[in-house]
Amino acid sequence: MSTENLIGLFVVLLGAGLIFAFGVLRKDRSARSLRPIHAIQQFRRAIGLAVEDGKGLHVSLGKASLLDPDNTSALAGLCTLERLGQISMVSDHPPIATSGEGALAILSKDTLRSVYRSGNALEQFDPDQGQLSGPTPFAYVAGAIPVVRDKRVFTNVLMGNFGPEAALLCDAADQNKTFTLAVSDSLPAQSVFYAAAEEPLIGEEMFALPAYLQAGPFHQASVQTQDLLRWVVMILMGLGVIYKILNQLFGISLL
Amino acid sequence: MRMRAPVSTAIAIAVGIVVLLGYFIPIALLQNIRMLLLGWAVAIMGVAALVGILNMVGVHWRRIRGEQNRDYYSLIFLLAFIITFVVGLWLTPADPMFQRVVTSIQVPVATTFMALLAVSLAYSSLRLLQKQHGVMAVVFLISTLVFLVLLSGYMPMSSDLPVVNSAIGFLNRLPLAGARGILLGVALGGLTTGLRILMGADRPYSG
Repeated sequence: MSTENLIGLFVVLLGAGLIFAFGVLRKDRSARSLRPIHAIQQFRRAIGLAVEDGKGLHVSLGKASLLDPDNTSALAGLCTLERLGQISMVSDHPPIATSGEGALAILSKDTLRSVYRSGNALEQFDPDQGQLSGPTPFAYVAGAIPVVRDKRVFTNVLMGNFGPEAALLCDAADQNKTFTLAVSDSLPAQSVFYAAAEEPLIGEEMFALPAYLQAGPFHQASVQTQDLLRWVVMILMGLGVIYKILNQLFGISLL
Repeated sequence: MRMRAPVSTAIAIAVGIVVLLGYFIPIALLQNIRMLLLGWAVAIMGVAALVGILNMVGVHWRRIRGEQNRDYYSLIFLLAFIITFVVGLWLTPADPMFQRVVTSIQVPVATTFMALLAVSLAYSSLRLLQKQHGVMAVVFLISTLVFLVLLSGYMPMSSDLPVVNSAIGFLNRLPLAGARGILLGVALGGLTTGLRILMGADRPYSG
């Protein structure tokens, strides 16, 4: 086994161990114990208003293929969709999920159906709640714009893998005067969201969203694990920089 | 508490662990199973794409047939879909005439979207200061302007003055450092999301 594979396996096992330990040992399981993020606070408020007004939520899951390495953003989006479905199931207007990839559309539909089944309200589930809005990036945006513009939608969540064309969705939401929370694992989409979305999240905050929506103890444990691993990476990078400087200045070599 | 869909959860976890171990551990049997499972996944994805298209057609069909808020754009979509599908089957997608017709519709539409996007982004950037009053909004706008000038092609990317070269080099490396920071965070988030699925805490399937 190569050194890279050994390190990779070690990081995976360390991550799994930490999530398990934090998930089992964690005492304070409320989202209050997590650091406050302004965008998420606003988002929670917008969800509450949408449910009170009997209006709907729109979750746009992006166009990540489940076979690509960027599929984790879509999986985090599906987890958020499940939690939002549970929260807004009582609303008059059901939540809608749009996606730009066939398998993701099927999973979004399946996720919402499972939410309604768990809530003993399967008869209220509408198959059109999970839809493929277009198979190419621009077709996806063009297909999702009518959903964003729907007067019955009050809150939009753009969460997944997008391209810069997702700015058009933010623009449509802005014209409709609806709330938009946007986050992506793609850097071009991240930068356009910063400029165009009402409340953008940055990078790994996307994966923390289910924990803030109180999806479960393991979600909060994974946020803690993420933070801890980030410190490990930062320390290792710092040590690497110091080592390189010492190597350049004094020729000190450990290898 | 009753566990939701135990069989599909067990299959998903087992398959995930085998594929993960096959990636890290160079044992022929594991790697063969991994390749077989990935092959199945590719085939299933192809079918899923087809099911997704049928779902899209169904959504537009119901929009036309709906008693309230009938969407006549959906009718145009369905007509275009049926024509493209039938002609594509008849002529095959490799036919040069079919490709030319599809491309000459698709390219102008995509170009129009790009133009709209440029206007929309410029407008959003201008409104950023109105929406966000923090320091970061100002930093964002200044950096946008700096990089627009730097990458416009009108600025000399090398100079006789070493100080200018160092400054340009520093400015070019700055976004790379930021991007790496974000990508490291995304990678760690991806890792924990994947692990939650492997542990059965997240189940993006109902079974």
